[in-house]
Amino acid sequence: MSPTSERLLTYADGALVLSHRLSEWMSNAPTMEEDIALGNIALDLLGQARGLLQHCAAETGGDEDELAYFRDAQEFRNPLLCELPNGDFAVTMVRQLFADAWFAEVWADLVTADDPVVRGVAEKAVKENAYHWRHSSAWVVRLGDGTEESHARTQAALDALWPYRGEVATDGWYARVEPVLAEATLTTPGRDAWTQRGSADGWHTEHLGYLLAEMQSLARAHPGASW
Amino acid sequence: MNTTNWPLWEVFLRSRNGLSHQHVGSVHAVDAEMAVANARDVYTRRGEGVSIWVVPSAAIVASDPGDKDELFEPALDKVYRHPTFYEIPDGVANI
Repeated sequence: MSPTSERLLTYADGALVLSHRLSEWMSNAPTMEEDIALGNIALDLLGQARGLLQHCAAETGGDEDELAYFRDAQEFRNPLLCELPNGDFAVTMVRQLFADAWFAEVWADLVTADDPVVRGVAEKAVKENAYHWRHSSAWVVRLGDGTEESHARTQAALDALWPYRGEVATDGWYARVEPVLAEATLTTPGRDAWTQRGSADGWHTEHLGYLLAEMQSLARAHPGASW
Repeated sequence: MNTTNWPLWEVFLRSRNGLSHQHVGSVHAVDAEMAVANARDVYTRRGEGVSIWVVPSAAIVASDPGDKDELFEPALDKVYRHPTFYEIPDGVANI
């Protein structure tokens, strides 16, 4: 795979894995409205992942399903952040904030890509991402600047997720995320704090294997099945 | 599920420019901003709207179902109030 496609695979896998995580909230979200909101976002991410996976698969002569369902954890290139478990709603929203800021940078870059397919995916994704960002940033501010309990949970979520920012954080990312966290009255450990890495070399957390086992089980039990 | 403390909002959508907003349902939300967001997520997933209104359900004043006879029945036999005596030209979509 070309270096460009390797990079696109990171974005595609990030969107795919995060989409699956969000889908785990279905029927379990704090409110019915939020259940649907998370489902909408998960579907947007899945569509973005498909667009890029089709592009990556075309290069190797395969198809999107092979990449999504028949690779093992070591072959996935998603940032570690995207595979982390949902935790409570605060964890999911802080994770989403981090991911949405990352994707905002990604899509802004890809709308000027040479490849028309990639550009097309990005142009659609920019609008979807703008809404995702509005949703996640509004929730982080509400929760952080909310009750004593919601503040404590959101601060705990931030402390737990901050070490996973390294693979997605750029200057632009910090510029998006830090003002939201400040408005949410949360304290960040700072840009220089230690961070996890590894996904670029296929080193993932223990959580990805379980996620893939569930996500891939149907396709592997019934290869080639279709509606 | 715990929405017991969240106020209810009525949702109105305009399906396209030139038409008026229509009531489509309701959502729970803690404030107006969240009500618009929730209405967007629940009621515009299939391209139903280009504009959303939300109104606190408590602000809606409704007619009394017991007044049905005196409010609405007098209109039933006044056929001349319907514009059914005009021919509508082809190509007029909304009138």
